[in-house]
Formats: sequence, C-alpha cells, structure tokens
Amino acid sequence: MQWETVIGLEVHVQLATQSKIFSGSSTAFGAAPNTQANAVDMAMPGTLPVANEQAFHSAILFGLAIQADITRTSVFERKNYFYPDLPKGYQTTQLEKPIVGAGTIELIDGDNNIRNVRIHHAHLEEDAGKSLHEDFHGMTGIDLNRAGTPLIEIVTEPDMRSAAEAVACFKKIHAIVTYLGISDGDMSQGSLRCDANVSIRPVGSDTLGTRTETKNLNSFKFIEKAINVEVARQIDLLEDGKSITQETRLYDSEKNETRSMRSKEEANDYRYFPCPDLLPVVIAEETITALQNSMPELPDQKMLRFQNDYGLSAYDAGLLVEDRTVAEFFEAVAQQCQDPKLAANWVMGDLLAYLNKADLSIGQSPVDARALGHLITRIIDQTISGKIAKQVFEVMCGDGGTADEIIETQGLKQLSDSSAIEALIDQVIANSAPQVAQYRAAEPDKRKKLVGYFVGQVMKMSQGQANPGEVNRILAQKLNA
Amino acid sequence: MTKPNTELHNLTIAELHSGLQQKQFSSHELTEHFLQRIAQLDTELNCFISVDAERALMLADEADQRLANGDTADLLGIPIAQKDIFCTRGMRTSCGSKMLDNFIPPYDATVIARMQQAGAVMLGKTNMDEFAMGSSNETSYYGPVKNPWNTNTVPGGSSGGSAAAVAARLAPAATGTDTGGSIRQPAALCGITGLKPTYGRVSRYGMIAFASSLDQGGPMTRSAADAAVLLNTMVGHDPLDSTSAHAECSDFTKQLPKSIKGLRIGLPKEYFDQRLNTAMADKVHEALQQLTALGAELVDIELPNSALSVPAYYVIAPAEASSNLSRFDGVRYGYRCENPTDLEDMYTRTRSEGFGDEVKRRILVGAYALSAGYYDAYYRKAQQIRRLIKEDFVKAFEKVDVIAGPTSPSPAFALGAKQSDPVEMYLEDIYTIAVNLAGLPGMSIPAGFIDEMPVGLQLVGNYFDESTILNTAHQYQQVTDWHQRSPID
Repeated sequence: MQWETVIGLEVHVQLATQSKIFSGSSTAFGAAPNTQANAVDMAMPGTLPVANEQAFHSAILFGLAIQADITRTSVFERKNYFYPDLPKGYQTTQLEKPIVGAGTIELIDGDNNIRNVRIHHAHLEEDAGKSLHEDFHGMTGIDLNRAGTPLIEIVTEPDMRSAAEAVACFKKIHAIVTYLGISDGDMSQGSLRCDANVSIRPVGSDTLGTRTETKNLNSFKFIEKAINVEVARQIDLLEDGKSITQETRLYDSEKNETRSMRSKEEANDYRYFPCPDLLPVVIAEETITALQNSMPELPDQKMLRFQNDYGLSAYDAGLLVEDRTVAEFFEAVAQQCQDPKLAANWVMGDLLAYLNKADLSIGQSPVDARALGHLITRIIDQTISGKIAKQVFEVMCGDGGTADEIIETQGLKQLSDSSAIEALIDQVIANSAPQVAQYRAAEPDKRKKLVGYFVGQVMKMSQGQANPGEVNRILAQKLNA
Repeated sequence: MTKPNTELHNLTIAELHSGLQQKQFSSHELTEHFLQRIAQLDTELNCFISVDAERALMLADEADQRLANGDTADLLGIPIAQKDIFCTRGMRTSCGSKMLDNFIPPYDATVIARMQQAGAVMLGKTNMDEFAMGSSNETSYYGPVKNPWNTNTVPGGSSGGSAAAVAARLAPAATGTDTGGSIRQPAALCGITGLKPTYGRVSRYGMIAFASSLDQGGPMTRSAADAAVLLNTMVGHDPLDSTSAHAECSDFTKQLPKSIKGLRIGLPKEYFDQRLNTAMADKVHEALQQLTALGAELVDIELPNSALSVPAYYVIAPAEASSNLSRFDGVRYGYRCENPTDLEDMYTRTRSEGFGDEVKRRILVGAYALSAGYYDAYYRKAQQIRRLIKEDFVKAFEKVDVIAGPTSPSPAFALGAKQSDPVEMYLEDIYTIAVNLAGLPGMSIPAGFIDEMPVGLQLVGNYFDESTILNTAHQYQQVTDWHQRSPID
C-alpha cells in the first residue's frame, strides 16, 4: 500500500530577553548551577510572578511576521504536574487565550513554489529547570538557571507531508525568529527545539491516522532522521496488521530509533486553570502598531529582493536567506565587489564549505565580508583568475593577509599581456603536432572539445596565471588559421 | 517615666506614638513590657508560634535611635505581632504547618518591609490555622490558640493567634490575612477590630498563598482608629505583585472624625433571615440603632446570590490552593520525609507527613474540581457564580454606602466542637465569604456580648472605599465601649 505521511510540529523557541519571563533573573547561558535562580525562580513561599513585557513584544513580533491574529487580552494558565525541576509544581503557560492566534508560514522552494503551513497558535510560557543525573551518586541534581526562561511554543496544523517539509518549516521558523532578533536561534544551547507529531494514512484517505509525538528534537538533521525512522516504524506496524499506540516517544540519535516514553493512558491530567497571580494581559493597539513599524525585513522579503535586485535565482536567494547572518554577509560582499552573482557563488561555495569544514559560524569567519569582496574584485578586474582566487582565499583563511598582499608576495598576478601569452601558445602548438593535426581534421563542432587540451597546456606553463579569456581568444586564432 | 508600665498595654496606637515621640517611654521599655506579657500569658493562650525577644529588642533599640534622631514615622517603636504567613527574613515562617517548620525565608514580605520602614518592632509571629485553612485555629501544627475571653473556646481563624494576642493585650496591634473571613471572624470572636482591605490594596508578595484571587492582608487592632494607622503603612502598589492595585491611597485616618449623618447603610435581607439566631440578630440590631442615632439611614437591600457563596468559595479556594501548595514537594526547602526510596516515595511521604488533614482535604477537593471532565461543572461554574455575586454587590452599592450585618453566625464555640464536621466549620464564614469573592473591603468591629462572649458587626464598603467603613466604625466606637473591654487586666 502507498502511505502518506502527516506531520505537525510544536516548536519551542527560547526568547532572547535579558531577564526571565516572570522574574528579574538573568537568562544568560552557561552560568554555574543555580546562580541565576532567585526566590521567585525557586518558587519560595509567597513569591509572585511579574510578566516580562519584552517577552510579550517578542511574541507579538512573531505573530505579526506570520500574519497571525494578536490576542488583545491574553491569559496565563497553570499546567499542574510534579517534577523536581519544575519548582512551583506547575508551568505557567497559555491555553485558551494564547497571545498569537492562527497564522501562516510560507515555505518557498527553489522554483518559487509556495506551500503554506498553517499555524494553529503560538503561546508564551516558562521553561523548566534541568535535572542532572550524573555526578550525584544515585541522587539527582537540580539546576534552576533555566527555570523561567521565556519560550514561545509554536503549534502547527498537521500540514507537512514529509520529513523534508518538516525540516523546511522548522528552518523557516528558525529564520523568522532570528531575523526578528527575538531568539539567538542557537540550537546547540537548546534555543530552538521541537516535538514532531507524526502519523501515516493510505494515500487518498482524508482521515488522520493515530499519531505519536517524538519529543525534544534539537537539530535539523535529527528532525529529519527521527521523522523518517518513525514513519518507517509506523508503516511496518500497519503492514504487519498491528496498530499504532498514541504515545510520546523519544529519539535516540545513536541508535537512530524512536522509543516509547509514555502512553496516552499514563499522561498527566494537567488541571489547567487561569493563573490567579497574573492578571489578563491587555495589549494596546499602539503597541501593536509600534511593533509592526519596527519589523525588520523578513526572509521571504529578502529572498524576493535578492532575486529582483541582484538577479539571483530563487534557489540561490533561498539558500542565502536561510540564515540572517549569511544573508547579511552576502550583501556586504556584493556591495564591496559590485557583482552579486559572483558574491553569491563565493559565499555559498568556498566560504561556507570552508566554515563547515572548520566548524565555524559565519560570525567567526577568518575572512570578513570586506576582504572577500576585495578578493572578488581582483577576479573582476582580471588581476587574477577564479582558480587563482581560490588559492588566495585558502591563504587568507589559513595565514591571514589581504588578497592584494598575497597576490603580490606570491606573484600570482594574472598574465594578460597578449604577446607573452602568444609566445606560450606558440610553444605549445610547436610541441603538440599530433594534437594540432587532430584538431584541424575534426569537424568544427567537435573542435570545441579538443581545444581544452591546448588551454590546459598553456595554463600549466603559465602556472595558472595566464588570463583564460586571452588564451582562448589567441588559441582560436592560431589553431583556426 | 510618667506612665506606669502596667498601663502601656492598654494604650492606643496614637497614644503609643505620642508617648514615644514625647519620650514618656522608650520603644525598648515598651517592647520589653509586651515580651513580658507574652512570657506570662501566652503559655496558656498559644498566640505565638515564634517570639525572638533578642531580635525584637534589637529592633526596638533601632527605633529608639530613630526616635532620638527626630524620626516621626507612623509606627516608629511600636511593637506589632505578625501573622506567621508573612515571610520574615532570617526568622522562621511556618504558616502554621509542619511543612515549613524549618523554613527561614531569605526575604521579607512587602507588608513586613513596609512595617519595618515605618519603624514597627516585630514582636513575633502569630499562630494560625495551617496555611490559613480553618475557622477555629485548630488546624495549626503548633496547637490551637485559646480565646482569651474563655480559654475553653476557639479564637476563630485563621488569624486566631493575631486576634487573641490583640484581645489579650499581648501586642498593641497585629496583622492578619483574610481569604474567606480569616481576619473578620476571629476579630469578631475575640472582640477586636479587623479589616480586610479591597483585593489588591495590600501586596501579597511574601504572604504565603492560600487562594491567590481571594487572599488579602489587613490590620487587626483594638479600634478602627488604630486600624487606619496600620492600613496607611500596609497599602500601596507593589511592583512585585501583579495583582496589586494602582489605586490612590489617601490617609485613612483623615475621614475618621467625619459625621455619618446621611450615611446609607444597606441591610441584605439574606443576612437577616431565619437562619440568624435571635441573640445574634438582637446584637446586630442594637448596633444598627446606635448607627441610626448617629444619623445613618437603613436601607433594605438584596444580595440574591448570597446562598451560593459558600459552595462557590469551596470550589475556587481549594482549586487555587491545590496548585499553590504544589511547591511544597520536599525538593528545595521545608519538610522532606526521611530516607525516600525514589522520587514518587519522596513526594508522597513528604506531602502526607508534612500537611495536616484539613490542608489535604482542600488539596484533594481542589484537584478534583480542576480535573478533566469536572472543570466545567465545578471550577467554571463557580467562577460564573462569583461574577453574579460581584454583580449583586455592585448593584447594591448603587443604593447604599455601606452594607452591614453579622460577622459570624454565633460567638466563639467550644474547642473541638466543630472539628469533626468540616461543613459546619465552613458555615462559620457564611457572612464573610461573599466579600472575598467580590473583592470588597470588609471589617468586623466589637458590637457587644452574648453570654460574656464578644460578637462582631460586619461593615462592607465599596471598592477601594475603606475610608467609609473606617469612618462608620470609628463613629460607632465613639459612642460605644465594646472595643475597650478587655478579657485580661
């Protein structure tokens, strides 16, 4: 049987506010355990929450970015359950009146095709602390530094049909929140993580199958892998005539499998009710207008602009805008060298390849946008060839230095003097009598292929520094004479 | 020193203030005097859970220093007893529970901080029903408080320790908290003046939560005039409490001397029906006569949803409590059971051993009312009733300035009499609970005696209009002396 995959995501985004959602403690990552937990975060008796306005502004910005309804009076509720790293015995979250209502996320592919993923809602909530099971000899340590960190949870409709689409949606959310500056988007520190609700059904069916929820996926790669193995597991079960249990599952990245965590029957009754310590939050129209006016350019707008202004393909523009810092780097390079297409190729090609290999972020790039732009300028003004430029780039990454310095000290300047090139070509032709004969005997349309040999020889003799355009032009003259 | 020490405990706050300012006695002497009374009398009464004499005298010495420097702060040098529900930095705050028997807060409740700023000397922490759940002070882990008018009877609750301490002159004044009547009912049963302000008037920060949407701190004093002085210090917006009001707080003593001529006092017919026993009804009517003699007009009003207030309250308050008390899990502070075998065992035994029966009963009731499938029938319905009750009051206050009636159905009852019947105990608050559900200010003032036990008159004011009920109470206290009667010389 042919199966269709149905996926919905719940994405948790840590907001980059200075302080926690209900207390004045810092949200900075990496401090010693419990040094960023005050009496409120530790749920000392009598302490009370005070909502962080910045967290609301962040959530509203996200809502506006996905054309969602902003709830004018939103309410915090308590989700009650016991867990040692949940200090109050309840999580303060939103249920009936979340700050962000229904909206849409557009996924645009490399051919400019748009596919919409509906957002059911997005709500504000507090993160829990961390339980540390190592180092305590049969006991568990509790670190409450993270407790109370503001999150928005974005809940999609089950609109995705493949793991790739789910990853695209997650990437889009990542792009939106980092463009808005409301999250640092750092997945290695848990700033973005998601739960995937996965079910399958026979192709053509319009009823949903029983779903499972795979928790806490924190990288693009794991989302894709976890969904794929979960789909395979479900298909196996149904094709064996078994059924799927509605349950929460965990993805084990080492074994590349999902495992049952708890079934629906074991699920808590969270006894939600409106938090009586927090009044309903009323959002003024002026606040929304001001936030709307402060909205930066979003990835989709940037993608369109890159196509229109720089003549990039949808595919290239799409890749470049995925990460705000990459997009900004590209624009700086393009401005420096005035050749956007070449700038795009360099950024997506050599630069990202190098950074990936060196495991560096674009912010840590040893070659900044200005320096790269300058290097590209040297290709454009024919000081060096593209091939030599790659060599120069490697030196820039490794030993540092500007393009000009490296070209100068290593003598890489391109040979464009036509008489010098002519002399090289004459030498090659003289040494290659059989190839010349073959060339001249060939049909004109086959000749193009054969000319490569001569170009190669000339480049070799010039140690790559001969201007390829000139070489081609003069070669054609001589061979066809 | 001109005043003999034996009289110090009978002075009003105003008299104490002027005596201290005029150096007739020092705060140290005053504090020592009350500490001595506590040492003498509290073994039997059990009003205090914690008394730290050294700390109190140190605070008194600081106050004397401020007095010497010409500071005239309202409560400077005046000893005050604090209900053990207010967190006090460096001093145990038990909330009447084994769960917090070892809990020493690293912070002060806003009420405590404000009192300290105003120069008050904390005498000690008063006994209370466990987590403020009770109407007789019998649920305290530290044993019941005895009513100083008759030590075989209860002082009321939950602020029973504060009420009995003020009545027995173990402190010039005290603080209490009121979720369903916990200031007013013990004030009535002990013959003192107690005021629950409008919800939001007094910060709840550092006041251990029972039911967040109902809890409100307030003064427990011998007179309305004293209550006004304490209230001045306690009120005001607190950025640490999102539910604290931004309302203006004028000087509550200002309106006290005003005549109440033309004051419209509403009498809800539901409070005077056949369920009110005749002796109590007589006392209330006597008090009302005094008020009409002062020029007030009596107006018949209706609060048609009154009968629903107790059932609605006993859904909402336990629901909030079930969640508020979840933090007492043995993980971070407070009681933890010995040698837990695993997490589940730690939770179960910590909470089974740390909480008393009444607290457990309310947690169970509350968790049930919020659980899936029952939420709409109980919690949501109760909230709807709460809105109706509030609307009844709003309508009534279009016609009247103050609403009056009994505070409690009867005077103090014998220790143990209602302990086995929770519903009977819950009905103790039948006249006070609606005021909490509506969020209105209410007070109880002494209005005579039945069989030598004090009874209270309840006065309910409009939102943020504590001044009018204080004015009414003060004028009444100008022509009566019930509030000056003392159970102990």
